[in-house]
Amino acid sequence: MLSAEEIKEIDAEAARYPKREAVCIDALRIVQRHRGWISDESLRDIAGHLGMSAADVDGIATFYNLIYRKPVGRHVIMICDSVSCWIMGYDRMRKHIQQRLAIQPGQTTADGRFTLLPIVCLGCCDRAPAMMVDGDLHGDLDSQKIDSALENYA
Amino acid sequence: MTAQTERPLTRSMRPDGSFLDLPSYEQGGGYQAIRKVLNGGMEPKAVTAEVKASNLRGRGGAGFSAGSKWSFVPLGKDVPDPTYLVVNADEMEPGTFKDRLLLERNPHQLIEGVIVAGYAIEADIAFIFMRGEYTLAAQRVERAIAEAYERHYLGKNILNSGYSLELYLHLSGGRYICGDETGLLNALEGKRANPRSKPPFPPVVGLFGKPTIVNNVETLSCVPHIIDNGAEWFRRLGRTNDAGTKLFGASGKVKRPGLWELPMGTTAREILEEHAGGMRDGLRFRGLMPGGASTDFILEEHLDTPMDFSALEKVGSRLGTGTMIVLDDQTCPVGMTWNLTHFFAQESCGFCTPCWSGLGWAERILKSMEEGRGQSGQIEKLLSLSAMWKPGDTFCALAPGAAEPLQSAIKYFRADFERHISEHRCPWS
Repeated sequence: MLSAEEIKEIDAEAARYPKREAVCIDALRIVQRHRGWISDESLRDIAGHLGMSAADVDGIATFYNLIYRKPVGRHVIMICDSVSCWIMGYDRMRKHIQQRLAIQPGQTTADGRFTLLPIVCLGCCDRAPAMMVDGDLHGDLDSQKIDSALENYA
Repeated sequence: MTAQTERPLTRSMRPDGSFLDLPSYEQGGGYQAIRKVLNGGMEPKAVTAEVKASNLRGRGGAGFSAGSKWSFVPLGKDVPDPTYLVVNADEMEPGTFKDRLLLERNPHQLIEGVIVAGYAIEADIAFIFMRGEYTLAAQRVERAIAEAYERHYLGKNILNSGYSLELYLHLSGGRYICGDETGLLNALEGKRANPRSKPPFPPVVGLFGKPTIVNNVETLSCVPHIIDNGAEWFRRLGRTNDAGTKLFGASGKVKRPGLWELPMGTTAREILEEHAGGMRDGLRFRGLMPGGASTDFILEEHLDTPMDFSALEKVGSRLGTGTMIVLDDQTCPVGMTWNLTHFFAQESCGFCTPCWSGLGWAERILKSMEEGRGQSGQIEKLLSLSAMWKPGDTFCALAPGAAEPLQSAIKYFRADFERHISEHRCPWS
Protein backbone atom coordinates (compact mmCIF):
# COMPACT_ATOMS: atom_id res chain seq x y z
CA MET A 1 0.00 0.00 0.00
CA LEU A 2 1.24 3.48 -0.80
CA SER A 3 1.63 5.66 2.27
CA ALA A 4 -0.43 8.81 2.72
CA GLU A 5 2.75 10.84 2.27
CA GLU A 6 3.65 9.09 -0.99
CA ILE A 7 0.14 9.63 -2.33
CA LYS A 8 0.24 13.28 -1.37
CA GLU A 9 3.57 13.80 -3.14
CA ILE A 10 2.47 11.92 -6.25
CA ASP A 11 -0.81 13.83 -6.50
CA ALA A 12 0.98 17.17 -6.08
CA GLU A 13 3.19 16.32 -9.08
CA ALA A 14 0.22 14.98 -11.04
CA ALA A 15 -1.47 18.39 -10.85
CA ARG A 16 1.13 19.71 -13.32
CA TYR A 17 0.07 17.37 -16.09
CA PRO A 18 -3.15 17.11 -18.10
CA LYS A 19 -3.06 13.29 -17.94
CA ARG A 20 -2.78 11.25 -14.78
CA GLU A 21 -0.43 8.62 -16.21
CA ALA A 22 2.08 11.37 -17.10
CA VAL A 23 3.17 11.37 -13.44
CA CYS A 24 4.27 7.73 -13.66
CA ILE A 25 8.05 8.40 -13.65
CA ASP A 26 7.72 10.96 -10.84
CA ALA A 27 5.66 8.41 -8.89
CA LEU A 28 8.35 5.75 -9.32
CA ARG A 29 11.00 8.24 -8.15
CA ILE A 30 8.90 9.27 -5.15
CA VAL A 31 8.19 5.73 -3.98
CA GLN A 32 11.82 4.75 -4.52
CA ARG A 33 12.95 7.71 -2.43
CA HIS A 34 10.82 6.42 0.45
CA ARG A 35 11.53 2.69 0.07
CA GLY A 36 14.91 2.46 -1.66
CA TRP A 37 13.63 0.44 -4.62
CA ILE A 38 10.48 -0.55 -6.55
CA SER A 39 9.14 -3.94 -5.50
CA ASP A 40 6.43 -5.79 -7.43
CA GLU A 41 3.99 -4.71 -4.76
CA SER A 42 4.99 -1.03 -5.08
CA LEU A 43 4.70 -1.35 -8.83
CA ARG A 44 1.14 -2.70 -8.58
CA ASP A 45 0.21 -0.01 -6.05
CA ILE A 46 1.50 2.77 -8.31
CA ALA A 47 -0.31 1.25 -11.29
CA GLY A 48 -3.53 1.06 -9.30
CA HIS A 49 -3.22 4.63 -8.08
CA LEU A 50 -2.66 5.96 -11.61
CA GLY A 51 -5.23 3.74 -13.34
CA MET A 52 -2.56 1.98 -15.39
CA SER A 53 -1.70 -1.69 -15.85
CA ALA A 54 1.21 -3.08 -13.85
CA ALA A 55 2.78 -4.25 -17.13
CA ASP A 56 2.77 -0.70 -18.50
CA VAL A 57 4.36 0.68 -15.33
CA ASP A 58 6.98 -2.09 -15.37
CA GLY A 59 7.81 -1.29 -18.99
CA ILE A 60 8.50 2.27 -17.91
CA ALA A 61 10.31 1.38 -14.67
CA THR A 62 12.73 -0.96 -16.45
CA PHE A 63 13.47 1.59 -19.19
CA TYR A 64 15.08 4.12 -16.88
CA ASN A 65 18.55 3.81 -15.31
CA LEU A 66 17.72 5.40 -11.99
CA ILE A 67 14.71 3.24 -11.13
CA TYR A 68 15.73 0.12 -9.23
CA ARG A 69 13.61 -3.01 -9.61
CA LYS A 70 15.84 -4.93 -7.19
CA PRO A 71 16.77 -3.95 -3.62
CA VAL A 72 19.93 -1.84 -3.32
CA GLY A 73 22.28 -1.19 -0.43
CA ARG A 74 22.03 1.75 1.94
CA HIS A 75 24.34 3.64 -0.42
CA VAL A 76 24.54 3.38 -4.18
CA ILE A 77 27.90 3.95 -5.85
CA MET A 78 27.48 4.98 -9.48
CA ILE A 79 30.80 4.93 -11.28
CA CYS A 80 31.01 6.73 -14.60
CA ASP A 81 32.02 4.37 -17.40
CA SER A 82 31.83 6.87 -20.27
CA VAL A 83 34.63 7.92 -22.55
CA SER A 84 36.48 10.69 -20.67
CA CYS A 85 36.50 8.68 -17.44
CA TRP A 86 37.53 5.59 -19.42
CA ILE A 87 40.57 7.48 -20.78
CA MET A 88 41.44 8.73 -17.29
CA GLY A 89 41.39 5.35 -15.57
CA TYR A 90 37.81 4.16 -15.02
CA ASP A 91 38.86 0.49 -15.30
CA ARG A 92 41.40 0.76 -12.49
CA MET A 93 38.94 2.65 -10.27
CA ARG A 94 36.18 0.09 -10.87
CA LYS A 95 38.53 -2.80 -10.08
CA HIS A 96 39.66 -1.04 -6.92
CA ILE A 97 36.08 -0.66 -5.70
CA GLN A 98 35.28 -4.25 -6.66
CA GLN A 99 38.24 -5.54 -4.66
CA ARG A 100 37.64 -3.29 -1.69
CA LEU A 101 33.97 -4.20 -1.42
CA ALA A 102 34.22 -7.73 -2.84
CA ILE A 103 31.32 -7.17 -5.24
CA GLN A 104 30.83 -6.98 -8.99
CA PRO A 105 28.89 -4.19 -10.70
CA GLY A 106 25.19 -4.78 -10.06
CA GLN A 107 25.83 -6.44 -6.69
CA THR A 108 25.36 -5.35 -3.08
CA THR A 109 27.80 -5.95 -0.23
CA ALA A 110 26.86 -8.70 2.24
CA ASP A 111 26.31 -6.11 4.98
CA GLY A 112 23.88 -4.20 2.76
CA ARG A 113 26.01 -1.08 2.89
CA PHE A 114 26.92 -0.51 -0.77
CA THR A 115 25.59 -1.32 -4.23
CA LEU A 116 27.93 -0.72 -7.19
CA LEU A 117 26.44 0.34 -10.52
CA PRO A 118 27.95 1.71 -13.71
CA ILE A 119 26.49 5.02 -14.91
CA VAL A 120 26.78 7.02 -18.13
CA CYS A 121 28.72 10.29 -18.24
CA LEU A 122 28.14 12.31 -15.03
CA GLY A 123 29.13 15.59 -16.69
CA CYS A 124 32.30 15.70 -14.59
CA CYS A 125 34.73 15.11 -17.47
CA ASP A 126 37.18 17.83 -16.42
CA ARG A 127 37.60 16.01 -13.09
CA ALA A 128 37.63 12.47 -14.46
CA PRO A 129 37.51 9.75 -13.32
CA ALA A 130 34.33 10.38 -11.37
CA MET A 131 31.69 8.61 -9.33
CA MET A 132 28.51 9.55 -7.54
CA VAL A 133 27.62 8.13 -4.14
CA ASP A 134 23.95 8.70 -3.33
CA GLY A 135 23.61 12.34 -4.46
CA ASP A 136 27.25 13.35 -4.00
CA LEU A 137 29.67 13.79 -6.89
CA HIS A 138 33.30 12.77 -6.38
CA GLY A 139 35.86 13.69 -9.06
CA ASP A 140 39.61 13.39 -9.71
CA LEU A 141 39.47 9.91 -8.23
CA ASP A 142 42.36 7.72 -7.25
CA SER A 143 42.33 4.69 -4.95
CA GLN A 144 43.01 6.75 -1.84
CA LYS A 145 40.26 9.24 -2.63
CA ILE A 146 37.81 6.42 -3.20
CA ASP A 147 38.76 4.83 0.13
CA SER A 148 38.41 8.03 2.12
CA ALA A 149 35.15 8.99 0.34
CA LEU A 150 33.54 5.61 1.05
CA GLU A 151 34.40 5.91 4.75
CA ASN A 152 31.82 8.68 4.99
CA TYR A 153 28.92 6.42 4.06
CA ALA A 154 28.03 4.24 7.03
CA MET B 1 36.03 45.80 -23.54
CA THR B 2 36.29 44.31 -27.00
CA ALA B 3 33.91 41.73 -28.38
CA GLN B 4 36.70 39.16 -28.13
CA THR B 5 36.86 39.32 -24.35
CA GLU B 6 33.16 39.45 -23.52
CA ARG B 7 31.83 36.56 -21.44
CA PRO B 8 28.11 37.21 -21.10
CA LEU B 9 27.20 33.68 -19.97
CA THR B 10 29.79 33.30 -17.23
CA ARG B 11 30.82 36.80 -16.12
CA SER B 12 28.33 36.98 -13.23
CA MET B 13 29.22 33.56 -11.84
CA ARG B 14 30.84 33.57 -8.44
CA PRO B 15 34.49 32.46 -8.43
CA ASP B 16 33.87 30.23 -5.40
CA GLY B 17 31.14 28.37 -7.28
CA SER B 18 28.39 29.29 -4.84
CA PHE B 19 24.74 29.95 -5.71
CA LEU B 20 24.05 33.24 -7.52
CA ASP B 21 20.81 34.36 -5.86
CA LEU B 22 18.22 36.65 -7.40
CA PRO B 23 19.43 39.95 -5.90
CA SER B 24 23.00 39.21 -7.00
CA TYR B 25 21.83 38.25 -10.48
CA GLU B 26 19.92 41.54 -10.70
CA GLN B 27 22.93 43.52 -9.50
CA GLY B 28 24.81 42.18 -12.51
CA GLY B 29 22.09 43.47 -14.83
CA GLY B 30 19.80 40.47 -14.65
CA TYR B 31 16.03 40.50 -15.27
CA GLN B 32 16.29 43.61 -17.45
CA ALA B 33 15.50 41.61 -20.60
CA ILE B 34 12.09 40.54 -19.28
CA ARG B 35 11.28 44.19 -18.49
CA LYS B 36 12.29 45.24 -21.99
CA VAL B 37 10.14 42.51 -23.50
CA LEU B 38 7.12 42.49 -21.17
CA ASN B 39 6.94 46.20 -20.30
CA GLY B 40 8.66 47.69 -23.32
CA GLY B 41 5.92 46.94 -25.81
CA MET B 42 7.80 44.26 -27.74
CA GLU B 43 5.38 41.96 -29.54
CA PRO B 44 6.13 38.22 -29.34
CA LYS B 45 6.94 38.20 -33.05
CA ALA B 46 9.44 41.02 -32.57
CA VAL B 47 11.23 38.99 -29.87
CA THR B 48 11.46 36.01 -32.20
CA ALA B 49 12.65 38.26 -35.03
CA GLU B 50 15.42 39.67 -32.82
CA VAL B 51 16.60 36.20 -31.80
CA LYS B 52 16.44 35.05 -35.42
CA ALA B 53 18.48 38.07 -36.51
CA SER B 54 21.07 37.27 -33.83
CA ASN B 55 21.80 33.96 -35.60
CA LEU B 56 21.62 32.09 -32.29
CA ARG B 57 21.96 28.40 -33.16
CA GLY B 58 21.05 25.51 -30.86
CA ARG B 59 23.80 24.65 -28.39
CA GLY B 60 22.56 21.12 -27.70
CA GLY B 61 24.38 19.73 -30.71
CA ALA B 62 22.10 20.10 -33.72
CA GLY B 63 22.74 23.81 -34.32
CA PHE B 64 19.28 24.73 -35.58
CA SER B 65 18.39 28.45 -35.59
CA ALA B 66 16.55 29.14 -32.32
CA GLY B 67 14.55 32.04 -33.77
CA SER B 68 13.46 29.98 -36.77
CA LYS B 69 12.32 27.18 -34.49
CA TRP B 70 10.24 29.60 -32.42
CA SER B 71 8.66 31.02 -35.58
CA PHE B 72 7.05 27.63 -36.34
CA VAL B 73 4.79 27.89 -33.27
CA PRO B 74 1.27 29.01 -34.08
CA LEU B 75 0.39 32.26 -32.25
CA GLY B 76 -2.84 34.07 -31.42
CA LYS B 77 -6.13 33.58 -29.62
CA ASP B 78 -7.30 30.73 -31.84
CA VAL B 79 -4.48 28.41 -30.73
CA PRO B 80 -5.87 25.95 -28.18
CA ASP B 81 -4.05 26.23 -24.82
CA PRO B 82 -1.58 25.37 -23.55
CA THR B 83 1.58 25.99 -25.53
CA TYR B 84 4.65 24.49 -23.87
CA LEU B 85 8.29 25.47 -23.59
CA VAL B 86 10.66 22.71 -22.52
CA VAL B 87 14.26 23.22 -21.45
CA ASN B 88 16.45 20.30 -22.40
CA ALA B 89 18.70 20.02 -19.34
CA ASP B 90 19.26 16.30 -19.86
CA GLU B 91 23.00 16.69 -20.42
CA MET B 92 24.22 13.14 -20.95
CA GLU B 93 26.39 13.27 -24.08
CA PRO B 94 29.65 11.60 -22.99
CA GLY B 95 32.41 14.16 -22.65
CA THR B 96 29.95 17.03 -22.12
CA PHE B 97 29.85 19.06 -18.92
CA LYS B 98 28.78 22.56 -19.96
CA ASP B 99 25.10 22.82 -19.03
CA ARG B 100 25.83 21.68 -15.48
CA LEU B 101 27.91 24.84 -15.02
CA LEU B 102 25.09 27.09 -16.26
CA LEU B 103 22.50 25.29 -14.11
CA GLU B 104 24.57 25.32 -10.94
CA ARG B 105 26.21 28.70 -11.22
CA ASN B 106 23.66 30.93 -12.96
CA PRO B 107 20.17 29.43 -12.87
CA HIS B 108 18.43 32.83 -13.02
CA GLN B 109 20.02 33.52 -16.40
CA LEU B 110 18.31 30.37 -17.69
CA ILE B 111 15.00 31.28 -16.02
CA GLU B 112 15.11 34.73 -17.59
CA GLY B 113 15.75 33.10 -20.96
CA VAL B 114 12.77 30.84 -20.35
CA ILE B 115 10.49 33.80 -19.63
CA VAL B 116 11.61 35.68 -22.75
CA ALA B 117 11.32 32.59 -24.97
CA GLY B 118 8.01 31.69 -23.34
CA TYR B 119 6.64 35.15 -24.13
CA ALA B 120 7.88 34.90 -27.73
CA ILE B 121 6.03 31.64 -28.38
CA GLU B 122 3.10 32.54 -26.07
CA ALA B 123 3.86 29.56 -23.83
CA ASP B 124 1.62 28.93 -20.83
CA ILE B 125 3.67 26.24 -19.13
CA ALA B 126 7.41 25.56 -19.13
CA PHE B 127 9.30 22.52 -17.90
CA ILE B 128 12.98 22.15 -17.16
CA PHE B 129 13.74 18.51 -17.97
CA MET B 130 16.88 17.72 -16.01
CA ARG B 131 18.79 14.49 -15.57
CA GLY B 132 18.31 12.96 -12.12
CA GLU B 133 22.04 12.78 -11.38
CA TYR B 134 22.39 16.59 -11.42
CA THR B 135 21.50 16.87 -7.75
CA LEU B 136 23.22 20.18 -6.97
CA ALA B 137 21.84 21.75 -10.14
CA ALA B 138 18.35 20.56 -9.18
CA GLN B 139 18.56 22.12 -5.70
CA ARG B 140 19.75 25.43 -7.08
CA VAL B 141 17.27 25.58 -9.94
CA GLU B 142 14.42 24.80 -7.50
CA ARG B 143 15.64 27.61 -5.24
CA ALA B 144 15.95 30.03 -8.17
CA ILE B 145 12.45 29.15 -9.42
CA ALA B 146 11.06 29.82 -5.93
CA GLU B 147 12.84 33.20 -5.82
CA ALA B 148 11.50 34.10 -9.25
CA TYR B 149 7.92 33.22 -8.22
CA GLU B 150 8.33 35.32 -5.08
CA ARG B 151 9.28 38.34 -7.16
CA HIS B 152 6.37 37.65 -9.58
CA TYR B 153 8.72 36.99 -12.48
CA LEU B 154 6.83 33.71 -12.82
CA GLY B 155 3.17 32.91 -12.33
CA LYS B 156 0.15 35.02 -13.20
CA ASN B 157 0.43 38.42 -14.86
CA ILE B 158 4.21 38.78 -14.75
CA LEU B 159 5.24 42.43 -14.07
CA ASN B 160 1.60 43.43 -14.71
CA SER B 161 2.13 42.68 -18.39
CA GLY B 162 -0.82 40.34 -18.76
CA TYR B 163 1.56 37.50 -19.61
CA SER B 164 1.48 34.41 -17.35
CA LEU B 165 3.91 31.49 -17.22
CA GLU B 166 4.24 28.52 -14.88
CA LEU B 167 7.68 26.90 -14.64
CA TYR B 168 8.32 23.42 -13.24
CA LEU B 169 11.43 21.32 -12.74
CA HIS B 170 11.12 17.68 -13.82
CA LEU B 171 13.85 15.21 -12.89
CA SER B 172 14.42 12.40 -15.35
CA GLY B 173 14.41 8.69 -14.60
CA GLY B 174 17.67 8.57 -16.53
CA ARG B 175 18.32 7.53 -20.12
CA TYR B 176 20.45 9.14 -22.83
CA ILE B 177 17.65 8.98 -25.37
CA CYS B 178 15.65 11.48 -23.26
CA GLY B 179 18.00 14.09 -24.76
CA ASP B 180 16.34 13.53 -28.13
CA GLU B 181 13.65 16.18 -28.58
CA THR B 182 10.70 13.83 -29.06
CA GLY B 183 12.09 11.13 -26.76
CA LEU B 184 12.17 13.82 -24.10
CA LEU B 185 8.53 14.73 -24.75
CA ASN B 186 7.48 11.09 -24.35
CA ALA B 187 9.44 10.89 -21.09
CA LEU B 188 7.71 14.05 -19.88
CA GLU B 189 4.39 12.39 -20.69
CA GLY B 190 5.44 9.57 -18.34
CA LYS B 191 6.22 7.06 -21.09
CA ARG B 192 9.29 5.23 -22.34
CA ALA B 193 11.47 7.77 -24.11
CA ASN B 194 11.21 6.31 -27.62
CA PRO B 195 11.64 9.09 -30.18
CA ARG B 196 8.58 9.88 -32.27
CA SER B 197 8.07 9.67 -35.99
CA LYS B 198 8.31 13.13 -37.58
CA PRO B 199 6.44 14.98 -39.01
CA PRO B 200 4.50 16.34 -37.25
CA PHE B 201 7.21 18.38 -35.54
CA PRO B 202 6.96 19.50 -31.90
CA PRO B 203 6.43 23.23 -32.59
CA VAL B 204 3.03 22.21 -33.98
CA VAL B 205 2.31 18.85 -32.28
CA GLY B 206 4.49 18.40 -29.21
CA LEU B 207 3.95 17.69 -25.52
CA PHE B 208 0.48 16.16 -25.01
CA GLY B 209 -0.17 17.03 -28.66
CA LYS B 210 0.22 20.78 -28.07
CA PRO B 211 2.64 23.23 -29.70
CA THR B 212 5.99 22.82 -27.94
CA ILE B 213 9.46 24.28 -28.24
CA VAL B 214 12.41 22.34 -26.85
CA ASN B 215 15.61 24.35 -26.36
CA ASN B 216 18.95 23.52 -24.76
CA VAL B 217 20.08 25.19 -21.50
CA GLU B 218 22.98 27.07 -23.11
CA THR B 219 20.78 28.25 -25.99
CA LEU B 220 18.21 29.79 -23.64
CA SER B 221 20.94 31.23 -21.41
CA CYS B 222 22.09 33.34 -24.38
CA VAL B 223 18.63 34.84 -24.91
CA PRO B 224 18.56 37.52 -22.16
CA HIS B 225 21.86 38.92 -23.45
CA ILE B 226 20.56 39.10 -27.02
CA ILE B 227 17.52 41.09 -25.81
CA ASP B 228 19.68 43.35 -23.60
CA ASN B 229 22.38 44.10 -26.17
CA GLY B 230 20.79 43.42 -29.54
CA ALA B 231 21.16 40.91 -32.34
CA GLU B 232 24.03 42.78 -33.99
CA TRP B 233 26.09 42.72 -30.77
CA PHE B 234 25.54 38.96 -30.41
CA ARG B 235 26.53 38.26 -34.01
CA ARG B 236 29.74 40.20 -33.54
CA LEU B 237 30.75 38.10 -30.51
CA GLY B 238 31.61 35.22 -32.85
CA ARG B 239 34.86 35.19 -34.77
CA THR B 240 33.33 33.52 -37.81
CA ASN B 241 29.88 33.60 -39.41
CA ASP B 242 28.44 31.84 -36.37
CA ALA B 243 27.28 34.12 -33.60
CA GLY B 244 27.85 34.50 -29.90
CA THR B 245 30.15 32.99 -27.36
CA LYS B 246 30.25 29.29 -26.60
CA LEU B 247 31.18 27.17 -23.64
CA PHE B 248 34.10 25.11 -24.91
CA GLY B 249 35.66 22.33 -22.90
CA ALA B 250 38.44 19.80 -22.98
CA SER B 251 38.78 16.43 -21.25
CA GLY B 252 41.23 13.57 -21.58
CA LYS B 253 44.96 13.65 -20.82
CA VAL B 254 45.54 17.37 -21.32
CA LYS B 255 47.38 19.47 -18.74
CA ARG B 256 44.37 21.52 -17.64
CA PRO B 257 41.02 19.91 -18.40
CA GLY B 258 38.29 22.53 -18.10
CA LEU B 259 35.55 24.69 -19.51
CA TRP B 260 35.91 28.20 -20.97
CA GLU B 261 33.51 30.72 -22.47
CA LEU B 262 35.14 31.83 -25.74
CA PRO B 263 34.05 33.40 -29.00
CA MET B 264 32.29 31.02 -31.36
CA GLY B 265 34.86 30.11 -34.01
CA THR B 266 37.84 29.90 -31.64
CA THR B 267 40.16 27.31 -33.19
CA ALA B 268 40.52 23.80 -31.82
CA ARG B 269 44.27 24.44 -31.45
CA GLU B 270 43.73 27.51 -29.28
CA ILE B 271 41.40 25.60 -26.97
CA LEU B 272 43.68 22.58 -26.79
CA GLU B 273 47.01 24.36 -26.46
CA GLU B 274 46.32 27.70 -24.79
CA HIS B 275 43.35 26.95 -22.57
CA ALA B 276 43.83 23.25 -21.84
CA GLY B 277 47.63 23.68 -21.75
CA GLY B 278 48.36 21.01 -24.38
CA MET B 279 49.06 17.38 -23.72
CA ARG B 280 50.40 16.12 -20.40
CA ASP B 281 54.17 15.67 -20.32
CA GLY B 282 55.34 12.58 -22.15
CA LEU B 283 52.14 12.17 -24.15
CA ARG B 284 51.52 12.96 -27.78
CA PHE B 285 48.30 14.17 -29.33
CA ARG B 286 46.61 11.73 -31.71
CA GLY B 287 43.15 13.16 -32.31
CA LEU B 288 40.10 14.68 -30.70
CA MET B 289 36.34 14.59 -30.89
CA PRO B 290 35.25 18.25 -31.01
CA GLY B 291 31.90 18.08 -29.28
CA GLY B 292 31.02 14.93 -27.42
CA ALA B 293 30.74 11.23 -28.18
CA SER B 294 28.74 11.59 -31.38
CA THR B 295 31.20 13.76 -33.31
CA ASP B 296 33.87 12.49 -35.74
CA PHE B 297 37.52 12.50 -34.73
CA ILE B 298 39.75 15.20 -36.18
CA LEU B 299 43.55 15.08 -36.38
CA GLU B 300 46.56 17.37 -35.85
CA GLU B 301 46.22 18.68 -39.41
CA HIS B 302 42.69 19.92 -38.60
CA LEU B 303 43.54 21.78 -35.39
CA ASP B 304 43.49 25.22 -36.97
CA THR B 305 39.81 24.75 -37.86
CA PRO B 306 37.53 27.26 -36.15
CA MET B 307 35.16 25.53 -33.73
CA ASP B 308 31.84 26.55 -35.27
CA PHE B 309 28.94 24.90 -37.06
CA SER B 310 30.21 25.14 -40.65
CA ALA B 311 34.03 24.98 -40.44
CA LEU B 312 34.11 21.66 -38.56
CA GLU B 313 31.68 20.17 -41.09
CA LYS B 314 34.15 21.05 -43.84
CA VAL B 315 36.74 18.80 -42.18
CA GLY B 316 34.22 15.98 -41.75
CA SER B 317 33.14 16.53 -38.16
CA ARG B 318 30.65 18.61 -36.18
CA LEU B 319 30.67 21.18 -33.40
CA GLY B 320 28.25 19.06 -31.37
CA THR B 321 28.29 20.30 -27.78
CA GLY B 322 31.68 22.02 -28.16
CA THR B 323 33.34 20.01 -25.40
CA MET B 324 36.30 18.16 -26.91
CA ILE B 325 37.54 14.72 -25.89
CA VAL B 326 41.25 14.30 -26.50
CA LEU B 327 42.96 11.05 -27.50
CA ASP B 328 46.65 10.63 -26.61
CA ASP B 329 49.20 8.11 -27.90
CA GLN B 330 49.15 6.01 -24.72
CA THR B 331 45.42 5.35 -25.01
CA CYS B 332 44.11 2.66 -27.35
CA PRO B 333 41.88 4.07 -30.11
CA VAL B 334 40.16 0.68 -30.54
CA GLY B 335 39.42 0.50 -26.82
CA MET B 336 38.10 4.05 -26.93
CA THR B 337 35.87 3.22 -29.90
CA TRP B 338 34.63 0.12 -28.07
CA ASN B 339 33.77 2.27 -25.05
CA LEU B 340 31.87 4.74 -27.25
CA THR B 341 30.02 2.03 -29.17
CA HIS B 342 29.17 0.24 -25.92
CA PHE B 343 27.57 3.46 -24.70
CA PHE B 344 25.43 3.88 -27.82
CA ALA B 345 24.45 0.19 -27.88
CA GLN B 346 23.40 0.34 -24.22
CA GLU B 347 21.45 3.56 -24.63
CA SER B 348 19.59 2.58 -27.83
CA CYS B 349 15.88 2.74 -27.04
CA GLY B 350 15.40 -0.55 -28.91
CA PHE B 351 12.99 0.72 -31.54
CA CYS B 352 14.80 0.84 -34.92
CA THR B 353 16.54 -2.33 -36.11
CA PRO B 354 19.74 -0.79 -37.55
CA CYS B 355 20.28 0.75 -34.11
CA TRP B 356 19.35 -1.92 -31.57
CA SER B 357 20.69 -4.79 -33.62
CA GLY B 358 23.58 -3.14 -35.44
CA LEU B 359 25.06 -1.29 -32.47
CA GLY B 360 25.14 -4.42 -30.31
CA TRP B 361 26.78 -6.35 -33.15
CA ALA B 362 29.40 -3.65 -33.68
CA GLU B 363 30.11 -3.57 -29.96
CA ARG B 364 30.70 -7.32 -29.87
CA ILE B 365 33.14 -7.04 -32.79
CA LEU B 366 35.09 -4.25 -31.09
CA LYS B 367 35.18 -6.20 -27.83
CA SER B 368 36.57 -9.25 -29.61
CA MET B 369 39.27 -7.14 -31.30
CA GLU B 370 40.28 -5.54 -28.01
CA GLU B 371 40.37 -8.94 -26.29
CA GLY B 372 42.63 -10.45 -28.96
CA ARG B 373 39.93 -12.47 -30.71
CA GLY B 374 39.69 -10.25 -33.79
CA GLN B 375 39.39 -11.76 -37.25
CA SER B 376 40.03 -10.52 -40.75
CA GLY B 377 36.96 -8.99 -42.38
CA GLN B 378 35.74 -7.42 -39.14
CA ILE B 379 36.78 -3.89 -40.10
CA GLU B 380 34.71 -4.22 -43.28
CA LYS B 381 31.81 -5.57 -41.20
CA LEU B 382 31.99 -2.54 -38.89
CA LEU B 383 31.88 -0.25 -41.92
CA SER B 384 28.95 -2.07 -43.51
CA LEU B 385 26.99 -2.08 -40.23
CA SER B 386 27.59 1.61 -39.60
CA ALA B 387 26.59 2.41 -43.19
CA MET B 388 23.06 1.47 -42.08
CA TRP B 389 23.03 4.13 -39.34
CA LYS B 390 22.40 7.06 -41.66
CA PRO B 391 20.01 9.89 -40.86
CA GLY B 392 16.64 8.90 -42.30
CA ASP B 393 17.21 5.17 -41.76
CA THR B 394 16.37 5.56 -38.07
CA PHE B 395 13.80 7.67 -36.19
CA CYS B 396 16.39 9.70 -34.31
CA ALA B 397 20.02 10.79 -34.29
CA LEU B 398 21.39 8.18 -31.86
CA ALA B 399 22.66 5.64 -34.42
CA PRO B 400 23.87 8.32 -36.88
CA GLY B 401 25.74 9.80 -33.91
CA ALA B 402 27.29 6.41 -33.12
CA ALA B 403 28.50 6.10 -36.70
CA GLU B 404 30.60 9.25 -36.46
CA PRO B 405 33.25 8.11 -33.95
CA LEU B 406 33.32 4.55 -35.34
CA GLN B 407 33.74 5.49 -39.00
CA SER B 408 36.23 8.26 -38.32
CA ALA B 409 38.26 6.05 -35.97
CA ILE B 410 38.57 3.43 -38.70
CA LYS B 411 39.41 6.12 -41.25
CA TYR B 412 42.19 7.65 -39.16
CA PHE B 413 43.42 4.77 -36.98
CA ARG B 414 42.89 1.83 -39.33
CA ALA B 415 46.43 0.53 -38.81
CA ASP B 416 45.68 0.21 -35.08
CA PHE B 417 42.55 -1.82 -35.78
CA GLU B 418 44.55 -4.04 -38.15
CA ARG B 419 47.29 -4.55 -35.55
CA HIS B 420 44.72 -5.73 -32.99
CA ILE B 421 43.63 -8.40 -35.47
CA SER B 422 47.05 -9.47 -36.75
CA GLU B 423 48.71 -9.53 -33.32
CA HIS B 424 45.70 -11.08 -31.55
CA ARG B 425 46.02 -8.60 -28.71
CA CYS B 426 45.65 -4.97 -27.77
CA PRO B 427 49.11 -3.39 -28.25
CA TRP B 428 48.32 -0.95 -25.42
CA SER B 429 47.39 -3.45 -22.74
